[in-house]
Amino acid sequence: MNATTTEAPRTEASPTQLTMAGALNAALRDAMAADDRVVVYGEDVGPLGGVFRVTDGLQAEFGDERIWDSPLAESGIIGTAVGMAMYGMRPVVEMQFDAFSYPAFEQMVSHVAKMRNRTKGRVTLPMVVRIPCAGAIGGVEHHSDSSETYWASTPGLTVVMPSNPADAYSMLREAIASDDPVVFMEPKSRYWAKAPLALPVTTTPMDRAVVVREGTDVTLLAYGPTVRTALEAAEAAVDEGLSIEVVDLRSLSPFDDETVGASVRKTSRAAVIHEAAQFGGYGAEVAARVTERNFHHLAAPVLRIAGFDIPYPSPKLEEHHLPTADRVLAALDTWEWDA
Amino acid sequence: MSLNVEHLPTRTLPAEKPLRLLDNAGHAVTGASTGGFSLPDVDTLLDLYRKMVVARRFDVQVTALTKQGRLATYPSAYGQEACEIGAVASLDPVDWLFPTYRDSIALLTRGIAPGEILQSFRGDWHNGYDQHAYRTAAQATPLATQALHAVGLAHAARLRRDPIVSLTYLGDGATSEGDAHEAFNFAAVWQTPTVFIVQNNQFAISTPLARQTHATTLADKAVGYGMPGFHVDGNDVAAMYAVTRAAVDRARAGGGPTLIEGVTYRIESHTNSDDPTRYRSSRDVEHWKRRDPIERLEKYLVSEGVLTETVRAEITDAAEELAAATREVMTVEAELDPLELFDHVYSRPRAALAEQRAYLAAELAGARDQAEGGR
Repeated sequence: MNATTTEAPRTEASPTQLTMAGALNAALRDAMAADDRVVVYGEDVGPLGGVFRVTDGLQAEFGDERIWDSPLAESGIIGTAVGMAMYGMRPVVEMQFDAFSYPAFEQMVSHVAKMRNRTKGRVTLPMVVRIPCAGAIGGVEHHSDSSETYWASTPGLTVVMPSNPADAYSMLREAIASDDPVVFMEPKSRYWAKAPLALPVTTTPMDRAVVVREGTDVTLLAYGPTVRTALEAAEAAVDEGLSIEVVDLRSLSPFDDETVGASVRKTSRAAVIHEAAQFGGYGAEVAARVTERNFHHLAAPVLRIAGFDIPYPSPKLEEHHLPTADRVLAALDTWEWDA
Repeated sequence: MSLNVEHLPTRTLPAEKPLRLLDNAGHAVTGASTGGFSLPDVDTLLDLYRKMVVARRFDVQVTALTKQGRLATYPSAYGQEACEIGAVASLDPVDWLFPTYRDSIALLTRGIAPGEILQSFRGDWHNGYDQHAYRTAAQATPLATQALHAVGLAHAARLRRDPIVSLTYLGDGATSEGDAHEAFNFAAVWQTPTVFIVQNNQFAISTPLARQTHATTLADKAVGYGMPGFHVDGNDVAAMYAVTRAAVDRARAGGGPTLIEGVTYRIESHTNSDDPTRYRSSRDVEHWKRRDPIERLEKYLVSEGVLTETVRAEITDAAEELAAATREVMTVEAELDPLELFDHVYSRPRAALAEQRAYLAAELAGARDQAEGGR
């Protein structure tokens, strides 16, 4: 997939093929070089360079007082980051895998999310929590969860998820520069997706959604790993004479009602796609918001194409769980098109 | 301090008998049970006495105000004054304190005004004082979570080469939490300048210590993390001060963290909403009342001739003055702006919050119109 943002890179340098993991690595390197308050730590981020190599080479470049391996304890990682941010650092910490972040849930919701509000803005926490998320990489149990709904429904957190290398670079730089805590979710299945990219690049601000493909009949709302699924569905639908618009949400909290609403009012039909379970999931919020604000423009109910309401399956069965382009198209067929 | 704190053992268990410098009769202790620490000078002890008397008066006053319905809740530290104040008084102004909900008297000792301390218990806002101005974090309600913040802040200060120490209080119940373990471990591995004060007041709400831990002492836990641990008589402010001061000095000099258990007792209930007669005997409470931390030091200071009637009267006046000021500030209802609910959630404006703010504003205006129309 090509870089999906519409804005051109800032520099004249000729683009080279870069993976999302490489773009994230570059963003960390550039952020650390630009601001010595930025420190990076987590499990295995030092000499190993992280299990996905996102921090590759950074310790050799910046030393172990800027980037280091922490003890294996997620609550400890987040809790100490709170203290560091209070002291003026800008910690960027890694949770290694989505489901490994759960021991840190209390620190996230009780402290990270609330500190600014409880202190009337006197203490802000400029920290970034990087969470490799979602599945489709053949991971065993606890390595493929989609935890975004937990974070997105917590007031005080900003939750973003890039879907391509250019956004990964730009959004991570923006997240690190943010004075508020940001949950930065990285779809694992997109780590190795390449795009021609000249760095540094600044794409659309991270709190905005982006129309990544224009269309007139249907709006597909996707984020992270399902943007590719949506684009595949849109491509396949051309044969059926259906023009599909794809919106990459990019930011889950805040939600960009403006961009999404404009697209939905244009097409009059919308569906949201995500890997996480459907029941009470992020798609429920999207469907409700879109309906509440655009009901009279809608020709059909907003659909959700999501993972089943089951714990994430074993690697050999995950293909049956994950939403596919075929499922998206099948779902669109359930609408009454002639009504 | 005569003790060589540079080379404290990290593989030796703390003494089973709590370390003390003044016995319950107010006599200076000699021999092994001092753990090599020496009694602070009388000026320091008189200052600690003054702080404890003022703190208790504050605590008693706030408990009374809570019974009158002026506060939503108040967790009393009556009986724990030596543990609280001996520890916090050993900090320098540049150091950071990470308190829990029960540590309001430590905040008072840190110079925070009663009205600012009590904002959260009154129900006005979650945190009522400027954390940076007082170098004191917001009082934490979830157990042991703030200990990790203390470790993180100390580590950041160390990376910045700032000679700053962080001190955090935990209760006996909090030592069962995962975050206590993680905080002890991170502090020891990173060798952060952090002092952990475990206030063992015997009960976590109603659960007694024996149902909380099977360890002989809570200070024993330090050994497993590779840091020094001290088992201290928490009703002896001289010992709490001397041991904490040594730990603070050692941390500031780069010696790493220390865990100190102060053995004390909560005389009041957990909060105004619990009934301690259901889980402890009045005989037990009376036993601990006879080991009162203030009376113990009082006896010593009188015997040393420094606590004269004049000094005592002056301290009593100061305590009464603070109590009156506390009553006064709590009788004035704070003017709260409901629209402020939306103002501090994020640094950057959010469209959804702006919409909700406008909704509430309209609702408030409507209520006002209705009230005015009805007149």
